[in-house]
Amino acid sequence: MGTAAYVQVLDLACGGLLLCAVLVLWRRELAVIIRVFAAQGVILAVLVAVLAAHQHSPELAVLALGLGVLRGGVLPWLLARALTAAGPARRETRPLVNVAASLLAAAVLALLSYAVSRPLVALIPSPATEAIPVGLTVVLIGFFVLVTRRRALSQLVGFLLMDNGITTVGFLTSANAGLVVELGVSLDVLLAVLVLRILTARIQETFGDADLDELRELHD
Amino acid sequence: MSALGWAGGITQPVLIVAGSPVLVGMMRQVRARLEGRAGPGIAQPWRDLRKLFGKEAITPRGTSEVFRFAPLVQVATVGVVAVVAPFITAASALGAVADLFAVVALLALGTVALALAGLDTATAFGGMGASREMTIIALVEPTLLVAIFALSVRVGSTNLTDIVSATLRDPARMVSPVSLLAAVALVVVVVAETGRLPVDNPSTHLELTMVHEAMVLEYAGPDLALVELAAAMRLSVFLGLLANLFVPWGIATTATPLAVLVGILALAVKVGLLGAALAAGEVFLAKLRLFRVPELLAGSFLLALLAVAASFFLA
Repeated sequence: MGTAAYVQVLDLACGGLLLCAVLVLWRRELAVIIRVFAAQGVILAVLVAVLAAHQHSPELAVLALGLGVLRGGVLPWLLARALTAAGPARRETRPLVNVAASLLAAAVLALLSYAVSRPLVALIPSPATEAIPVGLTVVLIGFFVLVTRRRALSQLVGFLLMDNGITTVGFLTSANAGLVVELGVSLDVLLAVLVLRILTARIQETFGDADLDELRELHD
Repeated sequence: MSALGWAGGITQPVLIVAGSPVLVGMMRQVRARLEGRAGPGIAQPWRDLRKLFGKEAITPRGTSEVFRFAPLVQVATVGVVAVVAPFITAASALGAVADLFAVVALLALGTVALALAGLDTATAFGGMGASREMTIIALVEPTLLVAIFALSVRVGSTNLTDIVSATLRDPARMVSPVSLLAAVALVVVVVAETGRLPVDNPSTHLELTMVHEAMVLEYAGPDLALVELAAAMRLSVFLGLLANLFVPWGIATTATPLAVLVGILALAVKVGLLGAALAAGEVFLAKLRLFRVPELLAGSFLLALLAVAASFFLA
């Protein structure tokens, strides 16, 4: 792959990651949010595949395939199953910060991550490291979703968004984290989602709702 | 001023004035067919305009010059944009006016004139429509500026003709996150600014939810014809800008008759396709609640801002 094409596809994938993160913040229907998250997983896999093609690394290519299956297929599938189990409440109706304000907050977060990551980019300026602010923005937006949403499922998506961002930054900065490390991290995420899904189902069963804001007081 | 600029300055306004009612008719026809109706045919807006121009001019009692001049101001501002912006030729008749800030300011001026006219009638509907239109334009204008500005950063000029020519020279540049984010932002903003679904429903009349129709409720006869014509021209101008900023192919770069003819055809095809897509999309959409509109526009503003940020850090 030529350098120009490599930079272009890499940048385009980063733009796609950013767009998906914004869409998660923008839309209210949980089903749409899950589909956008799946698209982000696929784009992340494409990003890693591009890095693999550029560095001629079969190990990275295997990782890209694994990431695509896990984040584009398995995790969204688990979330979609949790959504069908959750019953009629399909929308994030009352986020703590309203959507317009949270979109503006995301703009501030994007600028913040750009300012913070400039020293990092200055260490080794390359097309891959220049995209670090994108990864960091996805992390911050994910964290924002995690703290401002009320439904357990959208908080779960926020957590996974954060993890997507961390993975992006990881691959962009050091391509050779090692297959074992990546496998470990991926299994961790899968396990966390499984545990949180069961937890959500239990909350649902006990209280009839997955609105975590209602769970403030202790009952006998 | 170059020969190419002259050619554009003459053909563009003629095509846009003649073609925009046809575009509106085509979009209504597409919608009618998709909804299972026969539709009035694509020439219906022109027939309506002819009928309205033939009537006598009357204005409501108590209205001032603001009300009478607003349709003229609106047609004039859109007309200037139709002359200068790169639609058919890649050169402008008045180079300095084809600047991004000037074009956006001209288009906003027309909206403000109409909103003032809505207030001038002192009816409940007029004031309501004007206030809603101002809410929308306050969010639309920054997004429009920032999104086109993102495209101008790598060209190094805010002149629309320079942006279009740079894209023509180096098409590979369009495949970038900047264009991706700016394109999404611009589509949302164009839909909002031209008063289409889901922001405003162009086919409603006398409903509490309407925005554009509420402002023009008191107009009749030739004034109403001008308002309708200006609204149709705005739609074609916005769709033409959207098409040429991202897909400029076919635009005339030499002043030969053949190149200009190809430019006319290319513009008609591009705007026609965009219009048909917009009309087909509207069939599947419901109007957004007015309080949700700022949400939609804040999202597109964020995307435009990210496009500008990306043009600085990914480049």
